[in-house]
Amino acid sequence: MSAAGPEPRAVSLFGDREVALVDLLDRLLAGGVVLTGDITISLAGVDLVRVSLRALIVSITPVERPEPTVVTSRVDRPALGPGAHDDPDGGPAR
Amino acid sequence: MTAGSPPTGTATASYAYGVTRGLDPAALGTVPGIGGARVRVVPAATDDGGGLQVLVGDVDPGEFSEHAVAEHREDLAWLGAIARAHHEVVATAGALGPVVPLALATVYLDDDRAAAAVAGRAATFAAVLDRVTGRSEWGVKAFARPRASPPAGTPASSGRDYLRARRSALRAGETAADDAARAGEQLHADLAGRAVAARRHRPQDAALSGRDETMVLNGAYLVADGDDGALRAALEAWSGDERISAELTGPWVPYSFTDPEPGDGSP
Repeated sequence: MSAAGPEPRAVSLFGDREVALVDLLDRLLAGGVVLTGDITISLAGVDLVRVSLRALIVSITPVERPEPTVVTSRVDRPALGPGAHDDPDGGPAR
Repeated sequence: MTAGSPPTGTATASYAYGVTRGLDPAALGTVPGIGGARVRVVPAATDDGGGLQVLVGDVDPGEFSEHAVAEHREDLAWLGAIARAHHEVVATAGALGPVVPLALATVYLDDDRAAAAVAGRAATFAAVLDRVTGRSEWGVKAFARPRASPPAGTPASSGRDYLRARRSALRAGETAADDAARAGEQLHADLAGRAVAARRHRPQDAALSGRDETMVLNGAYLVADGDDGALRAALEAWSGDERISAELTGPWVPYSFTDPEPGDGSP
């Protein structure tokens, strides 16, 4: 390593200490003898990248927020001009 | 919540971790399973009396219902806790003798059902146990080395110069990526030649590896105990390679080598 200090690195969600978990999950999700259990469940198709992105989203969502307020309402814009015609339904042009 | 949830009459279900042969239950000690549950060594009765055993522990059937797992399967905290406990059990058994890990989350109604499932595949388990006895799995991950970027040179004086420089930089990048990929193939062939069996896992995405460099090899190698020195020596010989850098993990219990057929190094 150079003495210039740490190089910029992509951040793994698993963190440096937890990287072994990635290697473990790699093996556990792709290996081991598959027996049909009584309780039919499968983790075979789990996509670790998805899992990691999901965990990232959870980790950056502020906890104090009561619920994710999804704003779906229209932004009220002033009419664009004298010619702008007001569609009362806001729907697509007929 | 769910109207059709199973009756709560059964207090526990049996999670099966792995299959062993001739393991002394006392030697396994008190390794905790999932949720801290005690792990039992249950004999799997077979016609030939091959001495197969299955390692089982109690789990809450509610946590492992189809519905619950569908909800949890992408939850890293849940998945990580299950994986670590599963690993702890099979690795402890693997330190005492051969073990064949089962896939994550193999769950039965009770111990007898788990033992019967193993007995039903006795020949397969016996063959895999034979194959992994006295051997361990090692992992090797190789990454493309970052290339020193070409000198910036004089600023492009025209759009055409700019495009030409850009194209040549792109071409150099592609060549470097090809070189690294080829080196990964060569490294794998080299290591596979020193192993009993070899297998390639899918290279990890940067989001998982935590590295900017592209992973070009995510290999697993089944090596006789005591022969890992040869594997290390081979890796050492690659340490000066300017295309890739490699790192070793292990020894692992043979997660990647649970097929009864001997591997030939192909993916």
